[in-house]
Amino acid sequence: MILEQILNGVMLGMVYALIAVGYSLVFGILKLLNMAHGAIYAFGAHMAFLAVSMHFGLPAALIFSATVTGILSACMDSVILAPLRAKNAPNITCLISVMGVSYIIQNLMMILFGSTKKNFPKLFDFGNVTIFGVTLTSAQIAMFLIALLFLMMLTLVVNYTKAGLAMRAVRENTRAANLMGIDVRRIVTVTFFLSGVCAAVGGVLVSGYYQMVYSTMGTEAGLKGFSAAVLGGIGVLHGSVIGGIVIGVAEALAVTYLGGSFRSSTAYIVLFLVLLIRPSGIFGRHDVDKV
Amino acid sequence: MEKLISMYDGLKDFVLSYKRIVIPLFYLVLIPVPLVVSNRYVIWVLCLIGIYSVLTLSLNLIAGYMGQTSMGHAALYMMGAYFSGLLGSKLGWPFWVTLPFGILGGALGGLILGIATMKLSASYLAVITLAFGEVVEMVVLNWNSMTNGPLGVRNIPGPDLFGFGLSPSNGGFYWLMLALVTVSVLISLNVLNSKFGRAVRAIKEDELAAKLMGIHTAAYRVKTIVLSGAMAGMAGAFYASMNHYIDAATFSYDVSMTILCIVIFGGLGSIPGMIIGSCLLIAFPEVLRSLSNYRFVVYGMILILMMRFRPQGLFGGLSKRPYRLPKGVDRPNIAEFPAKADVSGRERG
Amino acid sequence: MALLELQGVTKVFGGLRAVSEVSLLVSEGDIISIIGPNGAGKTTLYNMLTGVYRVDAGKILFDGKEIQNRPPRQIVRAGIARTFQNIRLFPTMRVIENVLLGEHINVKYHFWDLLFKTPKYRREELAAHQRAIDLLESLGLAGELDNYAMNLPYGMQRKLEIARALATNAKLIILDEPAAGMNPQESEDLMAFIRELRERGITILLIEHDMNVVMNISDRIYVIDHGKKIAEGLPQQIAKDPEVIQAYLGKGGAADGC
Repeated sequence: MILEQILNGVMLGMVYALIAVGYSLVFGILKLLNMAHGAIYAFGAHMAFLAVSMHFGLPAALIFSATVTGILSACMDSVILAPLRAKNAPNITCLISVMGVSYIIQNLMMILFGSTKKNFPKLFDFGNVTIFGVTLTSAQIAMFLIALLFLMMLTLVVNYTKAGLAMRAVRENTRAANLMGIDVRRIVTVTFFLSGVCAAVGGVLVSGYYQMVYSTMGTEAGLKGFSAAVLGGIGVLHGSVIGGIVIGVAEALAVTYLGGSFRSSTAYIVLFLVLLIRPSGIFGRHDVDKV
Repeated sequence: MEKLISMYDGLKDFVLSYKRIVIPLFYLVLIPVPLVVSNRYVIWVLCLIGIYSVLTLSLNLIAGYMGQTSMGHAALYMMGAYFSGLLGSKLGWPFWVTLPFGILGGALGGLILGIATMKLSASYLAVITLAFGEVVEMVVLNWNSMTNGPLGVRNIPGPDLFGFGLSPSNGGFYWLMLALVTVSVLISLNVLNSKFGRAVRAIKEDELAAKLMGIHTAAYRVKTIVLSGAMAGMAGAFYASMNHYIDAATFSYDVSMTILCIVIFGGLGSIPGMIIGSCLLIAFPEVLRSLSNYRFVVYGMILILMMRFRPQGLFGGLSKRPYRLPKGVDRPNIAEFPAKADVSGRERG
Repeated sequence: MALLELQGVTKVFGGLRAVSEVSLLVSEGDIISIIGPNGAGKTTLYNMLTGVYRVDAGKILFDGKEIQNRPPRQIVRAGIARTFQNIRLFPTMRVIENVLLGEHINVKYHFWDLLFKTPKYRREELAAHQRAIDLLESLGLAGELDNYAMNLPYGMQRKLEIARALATNAKLIILDEPAAGMNPQESEDLMAFIRELRERGITILLIEHDMNVVMNISDRIYVIDHGKKIAEGLPQQIAKDPEVIQAYLGKGGAADGC
């Protein structure tokens, strides 16, 4: 029973990890909480919904959605945030702009797709699989594997490509990276693209799992991903993954033992606790004030 | 465009420097409105503008003075409305008795938020308030025995004064609103012109430097959010008594974003900005009903465009007038202020 | 009696001993300088003194009381105020407001007093403003009272930062490279200004690279290198100390003030 819930939690937690990694990517470089991440996630789910309703298969829909959403996320940066950075605007200015973007995306989706919940096809239905005496649906396993695959690809990109190296350099010291000839602006765009891809894949997977999409789905998922990112130490990629899994497991256990109404509040309770006890998260560096 | 903006700024400074004439004029026009205007809907909208003025003044304490943002201000508003509304509806207590509980409710919400974020950088408050908003909404929707769930709370008593019921339809509530907004403005002003206001603004400018001036920055951050919560709670109590009915949907995420949008539009840190901003952005969707679908898209656009092109909003920005010394302090014999000052180039923030 | 006494103060960052068992004494009315090559640990020492960093070992005694690891606000109340290497004023606040912030701990009224503008509030605010104006006048900054701190020329910003520190009623003021970025004339003025502060009964602890300033105004000098104190004494002694010349003057050429 417990094992089953834990495994359920891990499966779903992998998707939260994917969303959390999206936050961490951007935060690591810009020290900006991307408040539009939830809306971008919902946008990704809707793009896949659009592709599916036009009779693309699910794999094609996933790729379409990831690409379009990645581009949207990168555009948000270059159209709205880059000019603010060029002006050296304070962080709160960027934060409020991103909130504006989030709100526009959410409301446009509501206008274009309606505010009702819409059916989304199930992810790969091959029946159930039993591991260690625990039965998991193939949809869950597919969700887990796709999320894992994307996280691994992301790890490869960040750790073993030139762009990834540049990203890590910018994260450590933006000015020095700039002086070393790294095109910081391009790296930021790439980061936003990757973050958007993470959100879209997460959105498609969760929609496939619950088999529905709706325009305000981003708020809750965004907050869960954020909680996961904070728990792991925001800006730390592997921290986000572990944070996501912890949130997923905590949620599954809370639903079983405390009741269904605790599904979404678990993540928030974890968030409040982390902020009170260890605001820098499990793997976060405790920054010292520079004087 | 440049010229237009500078003309506007000139006008703004002119109006702001004649406060002594403009403000009485303002009241002279506003007080007789219910006697002249017979359309009760207009009065209703004016009352709503009053409520939003209080809400935006409340968020202005956090966003304008302290430089943090809240995306869940509606939650504090909601706590005030439910604390006061439930007592009125279930126990039949009169409005004036439930009002303090509404204020306490909002302050309590502020305290929770403040404690959770007191050691964090400014951007965290935005997300925490968002999560807090979700939690409060969830509690209200699921705690059926107390809040009546999604059906909402009915029969909330309206305010009365010496036995006269005050409602938007007899104009009484309108005057009450006018008084409430006046009180909120006075609170904002008194806070601003004190060591409290200076400390909070210093936190926004440079938190570490503020700390090294002996300011207990964490305490001030919590206090500011509590005060802001109390004001929002007060607005909630008034709304509940005006509408006699509240439910969770009344205090949705859209309300939080509307409040934030007015604050940015009116101008962070500007008190007249909050009131004029509320007038424009609350009246606008009522006037342009056909655009109501796009209302929130427009709000989003306002946030982005303002941040990009006019971060000080309609009325914010650095004042060009000399610093106002308290009465009784001799101004040293010095050159006129604006001659030397250069306030045009930099934005606030 | 010593106003400030450091006993074996140590700070470790990871494996690095940024400050290692530094002891020093500052008597009332002294102008004491701490010098050393870049990265020697001077600013780290300041940050421990003002409560920004934790002290890992050792004691800091101020006025006979231990103040190490107290929060900054208690240290300010005890009577230590500081300025910053790269000026940290409140840029979009007025000059007088910057000074009033320095007075923050000396303005005593409750939240309810300001909410209802009680007579106590009026009295306290009036007195605070009067003190701020007097301070600005005595420093020749009164003409800029209404201006925003960010609009002041560089030299005046430095001065305002010191004014803000003075407003806390500090007995000891810690200056972190006050002459940085100043031309010779401005440094001259600064030296006169620092001497003037001493006349007011204020004790001064100074970190400075400008040797001209250090040699001219210091009563005593401490030299720090690699987190350790390597010499102390009168300016003339320090200038001749072979170890100092080796560690500091010999290596870096920092002596010319860059």
